Amino acid sequence: MHSVTRMSNEIRIGIEAGIIQSNQSSHRSKIAVRQLSLSLGGVPLLRDINLDIRGNGITMVLGANGAGKSLLLKCLHGLLKPQGGEIKIDGSPHFETRQQQAMVFQRPVLMRRSVLANVTFAAPENTDSREIADLLNRVHLAEIANVPARLLSGGEQQRLALARALITKPSILFLDEPTASLDPASALIIERLIQDTSLTGVRILFITHDINQAKRLGQDVIFMHRGEITEHTDKNKFFTNAESREAIAYLSGELIL
Amino acid sequence: MLTDAFAEAFHLIVSGSDALTEIMALSIQVSLSALLASVLLGLPIGTALAISQFSGKRIAITIVNALMGLPPVVVGLVVYLMLSRSGPLGVLELLYTPTAMVIAQVALITPIIAAMTHQVMSDLHDEYKDLFKSLGIGTGRAVPAYIWDARYSLSTTVLAGFGRAISEVGAVMIVGGNIDHLTRVMTTAIALETSRGELAMALALGIVLLMLALIANAVATWIQGFAQRNAYV
Repeated sequence: MHSVTRMSNEIRIGIEAGIIQSNQSSHRSKIAVRQLSLSLGGVPLLRDINLDIRGNGITMVLGANGAGKSLLLKCLHGLLKPQGGEIKIDGSPHFETRQQQAMVFQRPVLMRRSVLANVTFAAPENTDSREIADLLNRVHLAEIANVPARLLSGGEQQRLALARALITKPSILFLDEPTASLDPASALIIERLIQDTSLTGVRILFITHDINQAKRLGQDVIFMHRGEITEHTDKNKFFTNAESREAIAYLSGELIL
Repeated sequence: MLTDAFAEAFHLIVSGSDALTEIMALSIQVSLSALLASVLLGLPIGTALAISQFSGKRIAITIVNALMGLPPVVVGLVVYLMLSRSGPLGVLELLYTPTAMVIAQVALITPIIAAMTHQVMSDLHDEYKDLFKSLGIGTGRAVPAYIWDARYSLSTTVLAGFGRAISEVGAVMIVGGNIDHLTRVMTTAIALETSRGELAMALALGIVLLMLALIANAVATWIQGFAQRNAYV
């Protein structure tokens, strides 16, 4: 919680027409999305998405299952090609800046190698082995660095996936429910890592279904419903005074379809 | 009589009969040569079918899968026609040589290696493709990574190919001719010795062949077990 408080003091969030601004302009990583649309098999899954995110910090992405959260992040990261619209990272087409981005999937994809080999594989050339060792220390995996990665527990696997993403030194990190199905202690370790990462100037987009987690970590919230962003606002405003009918229903625990 | 034949067969094996050793050595040499060539051909073909996108990919996969079931005698016949004096490769004068037998075995087991590699690599590609895309890993780094991470599954594929090659009889009989001291291998020798009523030699060769198959399967089982214990498959 200290990290979040410190972060909140450091960053002024202004929201005007969906634009989040940071006073740390030197670390600015802008994501600009215009009229993004995605259909699969003729079914529209993302519709007219417009989004502007500036500065560092953590944006929580909320919404019911099937709202399009994962698809949105996959489009932003370039894993899915939308049918329409435009995505720019720092003013450049997003697929040109993939080296600046990393993603952690809900179900971690671990290579059939050791913990250390998984991180080493993702590391950019000339990465110092001490840097990798230090990172493994930070994610509490140093002692099992030589263990086959797929033998790890769920929490360890997710920490390894996070370490592998971080070794690429991204300026934008997409997290797709990285703590889903983890016990509270494992989730807490990952939350702290994410908070620390955010403080280094990395812009994080974090999908979660855990409202308390969104309150703990987020600075702003994107709420999605049926492939549309119905709300993108400051966290405090969202949790105290959400505007969209769907967000209100979601926060009150109603089943929204 | 059968007991005597078994006793004599074991004697031939234990005493290290020259004739038996020569036939075994040639069999293993031909099959390992064919296996090496088939791996060099089948591995890239299977990998390319798994991770490349091109028009006609489905047709290519169907053809490779269908070639897995090629009747050995038909392969032998086709290779025979190619290598015969009047055939397109007749000038090479390879018919009735161990090389012709290698060619026939390559034609038989390359589709097996390619098809099994395709299956292994497809599964791995489905699993890894988003990760590699996310990490910005290009084909140049992805292919060695796929091969390395699939090494245990591919090892069993290679062993399966060896099993098929060493036990094949129809094709090598046609293109090799079963010539003593030149192209006689275990399978063709077993056929010949049985027809001649020399059951001891046929049984000895059969036992050796079974032992080789058993060893190949035991190695494959051990590799699979090791890989499963370490979650490498």
